[in-house]
Amino acid sequence: MKQLKVDAIRNGTVIDHIPAGKAWQVAEILKIHGSQMLVGMNLGSRKHGRKDLIKIEDHELSSDEANSIALIAPMASISIIRDYEIAEKIPVAIPEAIAGLILCPNPACVTNLEHIKTHFVTSPQHGDGRIRVRCSYCEKRYLVDDVRIST
Amino acid sequence: MNNLISMRDLKRAEIESILDFAARIEQGDVRPDLTGKLAALLFAEPSTRTHFSFDTAMKRMGGQTLSMSGTSSTSLQKGESLADTLKTISMYADLIVLRSAVEGSARFASEVVDIPVINAGDGANQHPTQALLDLYSIIKTQGRLDGLSIALVGDLKFGRTAHSLVQALSEFSPRFFFISPQHLALPSYLLEDLREAGVPYQELTSLDGIVPDLDIMYVTRVQRERFVDPEEYERVKNSYVITPAVLEGAQPTLRVLHPLPRVNEVSTAVDRTTHAYYFQQAANGVPVRQAILAKLLGTEGTK
Repeated sequence: MKQLKVDAIRNGTVIDHIPAGKAWQVAEILKIHGSQMLVGMNLGSRKHGRKDLIKIEDHELSSDEANSIALIAPMASISIIRDYEIAEKIPVAIPEAIAGLILCPNPACVTNLEHIKTHFVTSPQHGDGRIRVRCSYCEKRYLVDDVRIST
Repeated sequence: MNNLISMRDLKRAEIESILDFAARIEQGDVRPDLTGKLAALLFAEPSTRTHFSFDTAMKRMGGQTLSMSGTSSTSLQKGESLADTLKTISMYADLIVLRSAVEGSARFASEVVDIPVINAGDGANQHPTQALLDLYSIIKTQGRLDGLSIALVGDLKFGRTAHSLVQALSEFSPRFFFISPQHLALPSYLLEDLREAGVPYQELTSLDGIVPDLDIMYVTRVQRERFVDPEEYERVKNSYVITPAVLEGAQPTLRVLHPLPRVNEVSTAVDRTTHAYYFQQAANGVPVRQAILAKLLGTEGTK
């Protein structure tokens, strides 16, 4: 398969196997300012068909940052690059609770009416492998694909 | 227990402890003393039974109440945030009872004030004191909570009493029948919870054939305003009206519950049958709310 040419980075982080089309959301969540980023979208992947990929120069992702993208990219593989080599792989784990990152889609929910940091609890993955989150306030449950990321 | 916000927070042992305490209060075995205690009853949405039964429950134990109905008499009308209103009221009262159309408002209230909060209904979400009095009614009429066959009939989508009751009963190995028009079915997130908990249920659009199996029939109002199509309402409205004919073949111990107010979904002819229990159910609200208030105010009391 023909590969799109993306420059290798010397130091930084490579986030691979992001679901196709989700790279912008991942970048928004990470809110990394000042670093050069390369974003590859709809790349061919042997494992997952199409995927997105992000390379961030001179920034090593912390495991908190890694977990913050787990909701939308649970299969992502995160590699820390030092001097062009993979120095470390950071596992992505779906956090049990998510504070402030996502907005509740329920218009009658108190989090959309008062100044409150949202709080969601993630449910164990079902057979369909899709992640669900429950608002700790209005108690409604949503598929992650249906919630908006607060930016 | 510091607050009562959602049935989701209560484990089986806590539920049983509240119901047992309510029974002892009703039988006169314990008399909690709330002299000098003040409960703020904040009802931003209309309510008759819930509001009055909280008021009655406080006063029966020697406590006092501050009441507020609708938002027009509060500074919420002037644009004050709910948080500020609650914080201010918490300076005066020992406990807050909150009813609001805003879902999650009671949970939020419990986070911003230092006194106990009781959720008296938050939008289409939860109504835990109703669920507890429903459980109390079930145990009084059936002698147990475990292993019962329960039909919930009517508007199961918007009916928060149905939502809270389904969650509350899930701890007690029930068998559920959900009977509603298709677009007023129980929300999928609650059905998912039941599947995860391994609770058996059937979704049906009529009661045909299941009445003899039931121990409890819990009826809620099918409201005309919930229908987009008035013809659809006219077509289905009588499928959810309980008459003595519908109850033919029922077990003698079957009891019909209804959170009230009813319009016509339980015909008045049912009132004269032994199956009717909805007025006693409303009366049960007082000892159950007494038990909850006394527990939260830390005065369980002895004789």
